[in-house]
Amino acid sequence: MQFDEFFSVVRERLGSDKGDDSSKKKTDIPAGLLFKCPRCRSVTFIEEFTRNGKVCPSCNYHSRLSARERLKITADDGSFREFDRKMISKNPIDFPGYDKKQQELREKTGLNDAVLTGRAKIHGEDLVLIVMDSNYMMASMGSVVGERITRAIEYATEKKLPVVAFTASGGARMQEGIVSLMQMAKTSGAVARHNEAGGLYISVMTDPTTGGVTASFASLGDIIIAEPKVLIGFAGRRVIEGTIKQKLPDDFQSAEFMLENGFVDMIVERTKMRRVLAHLIRLHRMPEIKEGDDNE
Amino acid sequence: MSEPLSASVRLDIIRHKGRPTALDYIPMIFDEFFEMHGDRLYGDDRAIIGGVASFKGTPVTVIAEVKGRDLEENQKCNFGMPHPEGYRKALRLAHQAEKFHRPVICLVDTPGAYPGVEAEKRGQGEAIARNIMEFMTLKTPVISIILGEGGSGGALALAVCDELAMLENSLYSVISPKGFASILWKDASREREACDIMKITAEDLVRLNVCDRIIPEADGGAHNDPNQTADNISAFISESLQNLQIKFQKGLDEMINSRYNKFRVVGDFDEFPHSDTQPEETKAENIQ
Ligand SMILES: [Zn+2]
Repeated sequence: MQFDEFFSVVRERLGSDKGDDSSKKKTDIPAGLLFKCPRCRSVTFIEEFTRNGKVCPSCNYHSRLSARERLKITADDGSFREFDRKMISKNPIDFPGYDKKQQELREKTGLNDAVLTGRAKIHGEDLVLIVMDSNYMMASMGSVVGERITRAIEYATEKKLPVVAFTASGGARMQEGIVSLMQMAKTSGAVARHNEAGGLYISVMTDPTTGGVTASFASLGDIIIAEPKVLIGFAGRRVIEGTIKQKLPDDFQSAEFMLENGFVDMIVERTKMRRVLAHLIRLHRMPEIKEGDDNE
Repeated sequence: MSEPLSASVRLDIIRHKGRPTALDYIPMIFDEFFEMHGDRLYGDDRAIIGGVASFKGTPVTVIAEVKGRDLEENQKCNFGMPHPEGYRKALRLAHQAEKFHRPVICLVDTPGAYPGVEAEKRGQGEAIARNIMEFMTLKTPVISIILGEGGSGGALALAVCDELAMLENSLYSVISPKGFASILWKDASREREACDIMKITAEDLVRLNVCDRIIPEADGGAHNDPNQTADNISAFISESLQNLQIKFQKGLDEMINSRYNKFRVVGDFDEFPHSDTQPEETKAENIQ
């Protein structure tokens, strides 16, 4: 019951995953032209919302970006070199329709699964970047997500590079059953080894970071950053409301809620993220990492 | 044993009123159990109990998720659904075991970590994550046994171990069958159907490289003969401790590496065309 209705909860709050959202049909303007903020419920024209970096102009809620959009505003131009691009998931529990669904999503999103990993630079600082993409099955964590993240961290440990992970996830990938749960152990184990080797790991929680990803590598950064107003939590909101039989306040499980309760180090606006990351990496730079610089 | 039972039949067995819990097994398996309370940070969670005990003369640390046997017990232990302080108590006791070089034995039995307001405020996600990470490099042997329900991250927080065993009828899953049905089919009443396609029985998990050993229960389920089932658990622990002792003697690093690899290898994916090379040289591609 811990992950009950996780996906539907996230979808409901973000209001953009289901094409046939009936509330949208009530407006005169086609739904595709409007962004309805899940935090303050104000409505903005998509054009203005996009111009504003996909940030709600009324309340500063930082909405979701695709992994490629995130890379574009995060890594130095042309610096990203992707790892394991050709890795695709199989069907470990023979879940009906999973292969087909994956194939459709690969075609639709141009992604091979819900995370991109690779080497990059930010303001010239070398690092390993992990960027999750909620357009692919709510960035749930299956074999490929787990394996790519684990390999990326292992690579960083070996090359003495810092890791920055932009997390976003609806939680476990149920279609992969227990194999999905084991990815929590794999990724957290890789973080443990990176720690033992003295490597820096910065986790940046973006919308939404929930379930098994919150309960594994996302919560294990040396430094945990969140974007303003994003959803961060373990259990689904509706599950909790079902348990306590009352509505929860709007800011429950927000970045600000997590900061106040001591589970996030800082909230950083999208426009300042690159600078903050580069500064933090510089402050943690050790002589060995300088030597690891390769000139491209 | 004839034909293995289906997962949904096993769901009935583990939900049987008389199914023994950790509270029944601990006195049958261990001597001199001294319970220790609290996480030293917030409080004491009754959904996870832990302490020091003797197993056939060997000091061990026992950590167990507790389901109640009646309503009164269940109110105390929150139906086996831990709060963050439960996981943090478990971690504290695990580190204590590490200090005194005694093995840790985890008994897992939970529908999942508690989904509540206070649990979120106190960092349920962080507590589980930290346990998973720190158990991975704990410098002492860890054995986990799934007694009944192994529900999701709430179970995994006590199941990062050197050897994982499951009682014959226990189930270990990424999400409860009910949750699975309600998310994927928007219909929680299709729980039994979900159960049977999720691949969550001990046999399934052996095939998926997650479970190392299946511990037989009494005929028809552990409730028919708790003593016999407890004996079977004891036999497994004896054998497992012996194996781990040998591994341990080969060196701590080797034991911890093999624990890492136990989880590292789980995953089902294809890489094409070939990928037996360094990621940097051949697979890295500029996508900008
Ligand atoms: Zn807003």
